[in-house]
Amino acid sequence: MAGYSEGSGRPNQWLRNLNAKIASVPMILTAVVIFLGGTIWTVVYSFTNSKLLPRLSFVGLDQYERLWDAPRWLVSVQNLAIYGIFSLIFSLVIGFVLAALMDQKIRFENTFRTIMLYPFALSFIVTGLVWQWLLNPEFGIQSVVRSLGWESFTFDPLYNSDIVIYGILIAALWQGTGLVMCLMLAGLRGIDEDIWKAARVDGIPMWKTYLFVVIPMMRGVFITTLVIIASGIVKVYDLVVAQTSGGPGIASEVPAKYVYDYMFQAQNLGQGFAASTMMLITVAIIIVPWAYLEFGGGRKRV
Amino acid sequence: MSDIVAFNSVAEEAAPKAQVDRVVAGPRGRKPRRALSSRNIVIYGTLIVVALYYLLPLYVMVMTSLKGMPEIRLGNIFAPPLEITFEPWVKAWASACTGLNCDGLSRGFWNSVRITVPSTIVSIAIASVNGYALANWRFKGAELFFTILIVGAFIPYQVMIYPIVIVLREMGIYGTLTGLIIVHTIFGMPILTLLFRNYFAGLPEELFKAARVDGAGFWTIYFKIMLPMSLPIFVVAMILQVTGIWNDFLFGVVFTRPEYYPMTVQLNNIVNSVQGVKEYNVNMAATILTGAVPLFVYFVSGRLFVRGIAAGAVKG
Repeated sequence: MAGYSEGSGRPNQWLRNLNAKIASVPMILTAVVIFLGGTIWTVVYSFTNSKLLPRLSFVGLDQYERLWDAPRWLVSVQNLAIYGIFSLIFSLVIGFVLAALMDQKIRFENTFRTIMLYPFALSFIVTGLVWQWLLNPEFGIQSVVRSLGWESFTFDPLYNSDIVIYGILIAALWQGTGLVMCLMLAGLRGIDEDIWKAARVDGIPMWKTYLFVVIPMMRGVFITTLVIIASGIVKVYDLVVAQTSGGPGIASEVPAKYVYDYMFQAQNLGQGFAASTMMLITVAIIIVPWAYLEFGGGRKRV
Repeated sequence: MSDIVAFNSVAEEAAPKAQVDRVVAGPRGRKPRRALSSRNIVIYGTLIVVALYYLLPLYVMVMTSLKGMPEIRLGNIFAPPLEITFEPWVKAWASACTGLNCDGLSRGFWNSVRITVPSTIVSIAIASVNGYALANWRFKGAELFFTILIVGAFIPYQVMIYPIVIVLREMGIYGTLTGLIIVHTIFGMPILTLLFRNYFAGLPEELFKAARVDGAGFWTIYFKIMLPMSLPIFVVAMILQVTGIWNDFLFGVVFTRPEYYPMTVQLNNIVNSVQGVKEYNVNMAATILTGAVPLFVYFVSGRLFVRGIAAGAVKG
């Protein structure tokens, strides 16, 4: 903030700042019409029985009841929960451990970082297709291990309904942990060097310093990373489309795909709106407490 | 492997010098450690294993794309090709099929170029002026709209897609490249505006005040002072937008007609099409081709990319 507010009370403010207002028209339109208006529109229409075209004939909570009765939606939610919990845990733990290793004043830090982060530059489509190939049971990792002599080795997550979501998880972690590592590394670099000296003088082992001193100090970084990962998880779509197209059967469906399929393919808009409203609620549950912690009460976060 | 060897020799050379330094300046920094301590073996060993894991998919992609189909059926995916062939690359680029269209990924590539270039320029132009207005020319209500914009960045796209479809249809540009460019500009706006606002707000205020005293107006200050001073942030924004828009799939598939499909959508259609014999080598060549542009941006931009994604990570 530039702290340039002393002029805001002047009477000729409206004309003097006309250019700034004109420059802000796209932002105002986007914020009000698309973000606010569009969201309200979708929520309102989720209470209607719109099929091919949006129609304003309200049916109460019908769409939601149908949604929570649909096996495909239940599978989607369950998948999202499994995928979400594991990708949160794994990416935070792996990201932090890698960052801690990178923070040991090592050589070739840039090389290692470049290697760990490059998957993040790739799209989910590319990521999904590569891992589809690697996990291909006929040619991929499974067949290679079998050809080495371990004939009964089985690793075909993409063709097994019970574990297909973990196959997607593997690809997602490959793509995303580099970013978490970078954010964590930035956080570690922000820790005062004296903390380490003090811990060493007191003879505290390194892992204890990390666990009880450094991690609590990095609370802000962890929360921000958590929010970033979590809001990405809810949106997961391309990866599933590329890797499994929701299969086998409906075993790897996710909510975002449910929304797209009902809106643009099954032409059942009401279901799509209801499902997307559920996604909105999920994000709100994640974001609101964070926003409250971060900005709530007007005090700075510690 | 050779990295470790190089590291050892450098560390050994550095050791006596460190001792001399200590005599001169007293103990400073960490105690010099032996290069091959068990601690170093664990650290470098882990990092090298991790690095190999990260590189493996890229390696397999390249190897697969250089093999012929008979070799793929017989061999193992980690083995380098016995006989290198570039035919899969040519086929992926020029004659791979999506449905009835058999003109290869080149069409998707050029579509992506026609989407990415204008979207990047338009979104950055709008967001930079906007961020400048928010940082230096704040007006009543600006913060409120900005807050809505930032909160909106967290709303799942699925919630806003259909209303946008309706708006674009009303404007008569649903399914066209123009429509998609507008969509990219809209969804790039929160993060880019934040990026520019914070950057401009961090510039010394005296500059702005001095220019005001000299009678410069909104646009003069923007073009003559702010713009030349903020080239790095423009590069960061460009990296963010080029990779983000190039990698987009959802907007491409929702807002364009098949003849305008971007490369990601076309790639997915080629690889996951159910008809025909699967040609894994062509698929992998196509996948590399699609990933090549963001990878190129990544390797060229280096540290700036990290800055960009640290800022852009909120985009999710």
